Amino acid sequence: MAIKLEIPTALRPFAGKQSSLDLEAATVGEALKSLTNTYSDLRKHLYTDDGRIRSFVNIYVNDEDIRYLEKENTPIKDGDTISIVPSIAGGR
Amino acid sequence: MPIITGTPAASETGRTLSKEEIARYSRHLIMPEVGMEGQLKLARAQVLMIGAGGLGAPLGLYLAAAGVGRLGIVDFDVVDFTNLQRQITFSTSDVGRPKIEAAKERLAGLNPGIRIDTYETRLTSDNALDLFRDYDIIVDGTDNFPTRYLVNDACVLLGKPNVYGSIFRFEGQATVFNYPAGPCYRCLYPEPPPPGLVPSCAEGGVLGVLPGIVGAIQAMETIKLILKTGEPLAGRLLLFDALAMRFRELRLRKNPACPICGEHRTIDKLIDYEEFCGIRGEEAVPVTNGIPEMTPRELKTRLDRGDDLYILDVREPHEYQICNLRGNLIPLGQLPNRVNELDSSREIVAHCRSGKRSADAVEFLRKAGFQKVWNLKGGILAWSDEVDPSVPKY
Repeated sequence: MAIKLEIPTALRPFAGKQSSLDLEAATVGEALKSLTNTYSDLRKHLYTDDGRIRSFVNIYVNDEDIRYLEKENTPIKDGDTISIVPSIAGGR
Repeated sequence: MPIITGTPAASETGRTLSKEEIARYSRHLIMPEVGMEGQLKLARAQVLMIGAGGLGAPLGLYLAAAGVGRLGIVDFDVVDFTNLQRQITFSTSDVGRPKIEAAKERLAGLNPGIRIDTYETRLTSDNALDLFRDYDIIVDGTDNFPTRYLVNDACVLLGKPNVYGSIFRFEGQATVFNYPAGPCYRCLYPEPPPPGLVPSCAEGGVLGVLPGIVGAIQAMETIKLILKTGEPLAGRLLLFDALAMRFRELRLRKNPACPICGEHRTIDKLIDYEEFCGIRGEEAVPVTNGIPEMTPRELKTRLDRGDDLYILDVREPHEYQICNLRGNLIPLGQLPNRVNELDSSREIVAHCRSGKRSADAVEFLRKAGFQKVWNLKGGILAWSDEVDPSVPKY
């Protein structure tokens, strides 16, 4: 499935400065794997040492958090957008 | 001939708008969505702003302009020269003054008819509940994770809406947590990132106008909550990308397993948020444990003596252009790949801006087997303070 992956500002330096990427994948997990295979520096920002998505990084398919879908097994279809949304705290 | 006089409408509490207020707020009053009733709601509202910085500036200005009857401002900081790039409540002449003092002056000048209460204190688990109790709405304009979790928890425990905004470089987020009994911050992010992973504005930088936009959005949401009009951002996370000028919306769901607002609450009082966020102290000063340090004065003495020291600058190229100690530039992120450029038989002094990144560099090099490596304590900022004031600080 041809989808778009949105890269948040904080992670763009590790993803070749791209703000979004076009990918082919059947599930969220596959899409993220494809991403971290191309940009291995992203792996430690997205995943813990034991391979789980970090708790301060949320992943959305279109506007829905994958925690409330099927997590990394969430299937994706053509035209979907996957967003990576990390926690930010700046205010001053 | 009888003289017909008009009387301003009175609310149930008897509070009316004076002739002056009617003139001041005329642009509100002529809108059916606001009207006299709405303006009186604003006059009765009590809003507490946490933080009088980048987000707090537009927020305070617009809430004061709108006639929010009581504004509380919590901030323990003083106005710094580097704040003026984005904290637009302040003037250059305010540098050095407590922020709450300067902010109160500015907001009272804009609207002398409102009550402004200031709290020059750090928000802590000991004072948050008492501070929040009297207010209707809390607006989070803080800049660090422990305080954000503290604000969230206090709002959930007291049943108050939390108008949230946050920024990073040129990206922003906004939403309204805990309204009405909606998702809270912990529902969105159950845990904070480990310290050091997400830079602050001082470390990551920020486009000055970004908090201006996000803070104004927070003001808008606060006013909507008071007027009970429109659709607040409750249950929606607004994402803003300033460079692309794009707004996106994500759905925010209440997490049934949330420890504070979920079905089985396990947190029923405020905790130690620094511990929760894995921080021992708050400031971004270099941690000394086990990292050998050299002060700027010591470095200067040794250089003047002709010692053969290799100065390693681990900042970014654009920082090197601002000022430098003519060190050899290997940005921290590239150090693991370029470590072979360094000669472990030489004495290496690593520096960055404030001593934090270079401490990481020294730790990395020591683990890689380098024995003769020191961290310049306080970085190039300390060098400017203690050795050579002609070096600009940034």
